[in-house]
Amino acid sequence: MKTLKIEELSKNFGSTEVLRKINLEIDEGNFLVLLGPSGCGKSTLLNIIAGLETINEGNVHIDDYNVSKVEPKDRNIAMVFQSYALYPSMNVRENMIFGLKQAKVSKEKIEEQLEKVSKFLQVDALLERKPSQLSGGQRQRVAIGRALVREPRIFLFDEPLSNLDAKLRVEMRREIKKLHQQLKTTVVYVTHDQTEAMSLGTNIAIMNHGVIQQNDTPENIYNKPSNTFVADFIGSPSMNLIKGNLKESSNKVSFVTHGSNIEIPINGYDFKEKSNLDNKEVFFGIRPEHIFFKKSNEEDFEINLRADLSEYIGHEQIMTFNFENQELLAKFPSTVKIDLSKNTKLFFDLTQISLFDAKTEERI
Amino acid sequence: MQDKTHSSYKQLEQKSKYTNMFLRWFLYFVLVIFALYFIFPLYVMVVTSLKTMEEIRQGTLLTWPNGLNFDSWLVAWGGRGYGAGDTFLKPYFWNSIKMVVPAVFFSTFIGAMAGYVLTKWRFKGDKWVFLFLLFGCFIPYQAILLPMARTLGVLGISNSVIGLVLVHTVYGIPFTTLFFRNFYVSIPSELVKAARIDGAGFFKIFFKILLPVSTPIIVVTIIWQFTQIWNDFLFGSTFSFGEAAPIQVALNNMVLSSTSVKEYNVDMASAIIAGIPTLIVYVLAGKYFIRGLTSGAVKG
Repeated sequence: MKTLKIEELSKNFGSTEVLRKINLEIDEGNFLVLLGPSGCGKSTLLNIIAGLETINEGNVHIDDYNVSKVEPKDRNIAMVFQSYALYPSMNVRENMIFGLKQAKVSKEKIEEQLEKVSKFLQVDALLERKPSQLSGGQRQRVAIGRALVREPRIFLFDEPLSNLDAKLRVEMRREIKKLHQQLKTTVVYVTHDQTEAMSLGTNIAIMNHGVIQQNDTPENIYNKPSNTFVADFIGSPSMNLIKGNLKESSNKVSFVTHGSNIEIPINGYDFKEKSNLDNKEVFFGIRPEHIFFKKSNEEDFEINLRADLSEYIGHEQIMTFNFENQELLAKFPSTVKIDLSKNTKLFFDLTQISLFDAKTEERI
Repeated sequence: MQDKTHSSYKQLEQKSKYTNMFLRWFLYFVLVIFALYFIFPLYVMVVTSLKTMEEIRQGTLLTWPNGLNFDSWLVAWGGRGYGAGDTFLKPYFWNSIKMVVPAVFFSTFIGAMAGYVLTKWRFKGDKWVFLFLLFGCFIPYQAILLPMARTLGVLGISNSVIGLVLVHTVYGIPFTTLFFRNFYVSIPSELVKAARIDGAGFFKIFFKILLPVSTPIIVVTIIWQFTQIWNDFLFGSTFSFGEAAPIQVALNNMVLSSTSVKEYNVDMASAIIAGIPTLIVYVLAGKYFIRGLTSGAVKG
């Protein structure tokens, strides 16, 4: 039994297609992050799961029950919003128990839940305050508390940390992670922040233009991006994608950049399909953090490149090199001294590369 | 060289100081002139209403009255207590109250509901509905007098306070809807979503969540509608006469129909009485008025 299952779901706003044939499944207790640039449809998808938006095609199942036409309040979900959406005229207590009162839960049960949750989230001292008298972090706690008291099957989070300042965001991120570890409730979490997605999710679904590009564990998303969009979207700075051709001779595959004789051997790469590789136009993908200034293992590819630009950001520096007139970014500890406009010896860790078909932009 | 520069700075400083002072005094002078200009008619009204006819004939407009004589106020309010055709304001004042209270209440309430629906429960064609409502703000009242008179006749409520309540409610709705729509647009729709997940329905969300935060715009709407309806003469004079007339119509009749001598003191007192309720509403709710008009501009 899947806690949440979405089948062939499509959604249009007028003639604009917002979601196209979405399929998603979440197991009990998992933390799914919907990640993507703004306008990719991730919030719409969350609203559809909540029942706040109608569906054009497809179905949503919660615990194997088709809820596509069920009212939000009857779906056994709770949602936390970006703007907190605390009812301004009610104090913290009234905010938290509003849902239970609507559901005609008994007074004793309401009090019990309120006490448990408010202690758990450390908002028990704030119960009589109005939302306007709370700080951003406290509001977020209360909003989470309002969701918790309902003891839902699924928690829905819609960019809950975007309104907080950087420091508080990191703190609250950890708290949400702890919360999930303790409660083990299924979560669907929408964000555009890849660090948030990576650190929180047990699964990440990366979306673009209303389509799920890859739905996988954070490790696979990072190490084996399924297409150039995912490769480019995850990582900061993003993966270097160098255009060139594959060359296959006597069972050895290598990568050659356009108009150059630099040949990078491709050994031990896990091809999806190892046929018709010769002369295939591809993107050679390597992350800036997988380019080193000294040899890291025997298979490393050694090359001399000219450094053009240096960006110092404290604990590390991002260097831009000229690789056959294409920009190549590399990330080094800031203690390493590299001269600009001079050739520097670099080592590519070939165990960490990705290859993409230049036409379909899919991983090969 | 350096000293010279220094002293020239000093000179400039002195110069700008004098310029600033002059400008400031000039500004106050202009403001005082305008203030006097605006207060002058009110002064004449109050002073004249406190004079006897004898004093009015002998003095000028600006002469201070001999004493506080409220006779003309009493006559304006309650009449002289004899004779047919003696018009006075008291019954018409209550007519106006009976008209203005329900009309303000209904138009404000309907406007709030409409604004709520137009912003939080969007439906197909809602933009057109809003556009047509806006259009209602620009229809001159004169254009609808005849059809409205017919409508009231068919409904059997012409020449009655209820008829006036209906007319004013209907003609208030475009404005009240506009006010509430613009206010609710600035309230995050996530509130409504949260309440829906919590299980609140259409009316519960309106009464429990939106209405409690609407005080500023409610006050603005009440002031606006009260002033409009209380001061209306056109609808009042067209759709009512005789005993059903509101105060502005009665005031007009009183001032125009005096037979022999023009009693300026009574006329002035009547005009002030007719204006007092709007003044009271402004004084009581004035600070909310500014707050309500500017709210929404700043995210609260």
